[in-house]
Amino acid sequence: MERLPGWLRRHIAAIRAIVVLTLILGGVYPLVVTGVAQALFHGRANGSIAERVPGKNGTDVGSDLIGQLFTDKDGNPVKGYFQSRPSAAGAGYDPLSTAASNLGPEDVLDVLPVTGAKNDQGEPDTGRQSLLTQVCARSKAIGALEGVSGARPYCTPDGVGAVLKVFPAVGRATRVVSVNQACPATPFVRVYEGITVECAKPGEDYSAGRTVPVRGDAKAVVPADAVTASASGLDPGISVAYADLQAPRVARERHLPLARVKNLIRANTTGRALGFMGEPAVNVLRLNLALDGR
Amino acid sequence: MTTTTAGIVFIASLVIALGLAYRPIGDHMYRVYTSTRHLAVERGVYRLIGVRPDAEQPWNVYARALLAFSAISILVVYGMQRLQDRLFLSLGLPPVTDHIAWNTAISFVTNTNWQAYSGESTMGHLVQMSALAVQNFVSAAVGMAVAVALVRGFARRRSDTIGNFWVDLVRGTLRVLLPIAVVGALVLVAGGVIQNFASPHVVNTLTGGTQAITGGPVASQEVIKELGTNGGGFYNANSAHPFENPTTWTNWLEIFLLLLIPFGLTRTFGRMVGQVRQGYAILAVMVTLALLSVVLINVFELSGHATVPQAVGAAMEGKEVRFGVADSATFAAATTLTSTGAVDSFHDSFTPLGGMMTMFTMMLGEVAPGGTGSGLYGMLVLAVITVFVAGLMVGRTPEYLGKKIGSREIKLASLYFLVTPVLVLVGTAAAMGNASGLAAMLNRGPHGFSEILYAFTSAANNNGSAFAGVTVNTPWYDVALGLCMAFGRFLPIVFVLALAGSLARQAPVPQSAGTLPTHRPQFVGMVVGVTVVLVALTFLPALALGPLAEGLS
Repeated sequence: MERLPGWLRRHIAAIRAIVVLTLILGGVYPLVVTGVAQALFHGRANGSIAERVPGKNGTDVGSDLIGQLFTDKDGNPVKGYFQSRPSAAGAGYDPLSTAASNLGPEDVLDVLPVTGAKNDQGEPDTGRQSLLTQVCARSKAIGALEGVSGARPYCTPDGVGAVLKVFPAVGRATRVVSVNQACPATPFVRVYEGITVECAKPGEDYSAGRTVPVRGDAKAVVPADAVTASASGLDPGISVAYADLQAPRVARERHLPLARVKNLIRANTTGRALGFMGEPAVNVLRLNLALDGR
Repeated sequence: MTTTTAGIVFIASLVIALGLAYRPIGDHMYRVYTSTRHLAVERGVYRLIGVRPDAEQPWNVYARALLAFSAISILVVYGMQRLQDRLFLSLGLPPVTDHIAWNTAISFVTNTNWQAYSGESTMGHLVQMSALAVQNFVSAAVGMAVAVALVRGFARRRSDTIGNFWVDLVRGTLRVLLPIAVVGALVLVAGGVIQNFASPHVVNTLTGGTQAITGGPVASQEVIKELGTNGGGFYNANSAHPFENPTTWTNWLEIFLLLLIPFGLTRTFGRMVGQVRQGYAILAVMVTLALLSVVLINVFELSGHATVPQAVGAAMEGKEVRFGVADSATFAAATTLTSTGAVDSFHDSFTPLGGMMTMFTMMLGEVAPGGTGSGLYGMLVLAVITVFVAGLMVGRTPEYLGKKIGSREIKLASLYFLVTPVLVLVGTAAAMGNASGLAAMLNRGPHGFSEILYAFTSAANNNGSAFAGVTVNTPWYDVALGLCMAFGRFLPIVFVLALAGSLARQAPVPQSAGTLPTHRPQFVGMVVGVTVVLVALTFLPALALGPLAEGLS
């Protein structure tokens, strides 16, 4: 060893070091932690599995910590259950492809689908919905489901982003298009700066215009978490406001007194740890299991 | 309690907890790196490695040992990914694609933990725990070793050596990181983080669908991911995933862990140079920059300026309900102020100015408090530059901690500072100039540019977080960002070690009336000023094209 050239000695030492450290840090350490964790916190170390019938094997329905979809085969909400937030994980709440949408805060322009056109794979053109339009569409759908107003700022009554393209980009407007509303839709404003607003023709390039999102005077009833995708795509929680919004519908479907459903919401709400960490959240799976258990 | 009040108390509680832990952790690391005694287990490790722990190394030998260890590490991590289907615990996953494996190997060895892959569908349990998590420990220990070597440069007089790399590596790992990791991992499991070796467990959901509940040794990796300011998630969703970060208090704990060592090292520094107040001065610089950044990101996120957050009523896209907007913003600040890069919310969907701040905190060079070790040595280099600039302005002798900042020292410090801006700006320009680079954007317009700028900022500064809409699992990006990570890590390290060697050789100059005191608020203010001005001058044009254009339009 001592007779070898310096550079070779160094690299041999490096190889031996990585082998030794891998055995300690990549073998002994995780095994010891696993052993102790399994002994002390068996349920938690194994994913806090939720069972339909507590304590009965083979009735696993998910994990207390992982959100899931409460929809039927066609993707429609099952009305007797509280609904989770929108999810960008795979087809929704897929733990094998966790993800956020990653769409930006000024993602407001849709690409409208062109009827008859095909994409690169030869499938019908579906266009691309901006984050704003996704928010507006979710808000409208939830409003309809819960029997409340789905209106929001920056949203059209037909549930897309209220965004104008004004031409020319600089100077006095000569042409104005409601760029997310495909013809023959009626634009959400009739006139802008004295110019009659047009509906958008799919396939036409409006990129040269100035983008003007229009706030409008709508007040949102549907809460923020209900119309946005979470960070993990597996968010087990919804806000208390969103749970309260859903409570009348669930009570009606299940023929339960509203007060009882609200009590269950409270029982399945985790408040801020120590009173100041995070935000209160209602665990949707636990809440729905509690409803089924009645 | 309102969201804002709760968010303020959350930040205040972290400040208090870090304040309480500051002296114990700093003093512990001081003892670890200055003790002449070897533990029995360490002597065993040195014998197995075949090194003599009492042999001191000159800076160039120290650097070569570090580079050899890192090179071998890259090969091992690459090899284990490529062979994972033939090893056990692979979950039936195929070998990782060559360019992703190469990128990932560099990423974890350089303490970046940039992830061009999605953990749950790419890496088996063995690669996660025995390749990636091992690097979480040792890459952090390497950063601490370099910081300690630089501090020895200041502390020693007329010395040709700056320590022994193998001893610093082993002690940092076994005496600092591992004990905290064991305890922290079990606390995380108590909070709900999983720790098992199971394959995905398919269940029938309440409404008759199916869902695969994943398994894995997550807690043991999660804790060192934060403690070592690594940031590479077991899952794609990283610290937003309920199995990595299930509760509001595990979120607090993870932020605490990722700030613990970088702040604590300033105490170690003060003790080692024999003037605790010098450590406090450096700490004050870090705290000033950190608090400003945390507050600004919180303000921007809670204001929810920008069209979509206004339509939603809060910047909730890409955030978890249990963490909420405020604590997600605080996590984002902490992860980019350090070299962690773990995320509990997705920065791509942040408000334009909130997203810009996460880039700006990385562009500061990750010095407030920065990565384990890399934060301290980065900040000390900035202090050296400040001393030099101040010396020029007032005609005082540029000296720091009794060592002259001569032409060799300032050249090394300047080279150190220039590496990352060159990598970030050249890399971004290269990406914007070719089709493979442009194809990666998910968002359009200024936000698409921000995604690219963020990627190169993150890679060159060894952060690892992303505006994650960007598609980087392509050969072009894996190579480009891999090179940025490698150069962004090892060039500065070599300059720092050379600086350490050069300082250690000097005899200290006696203090005189012309010596600039480096422990007073005036000096703290100057270092803050120099840091912000240098960074602003370097990056403002690029920020103007991305987040500023988006946020102010």
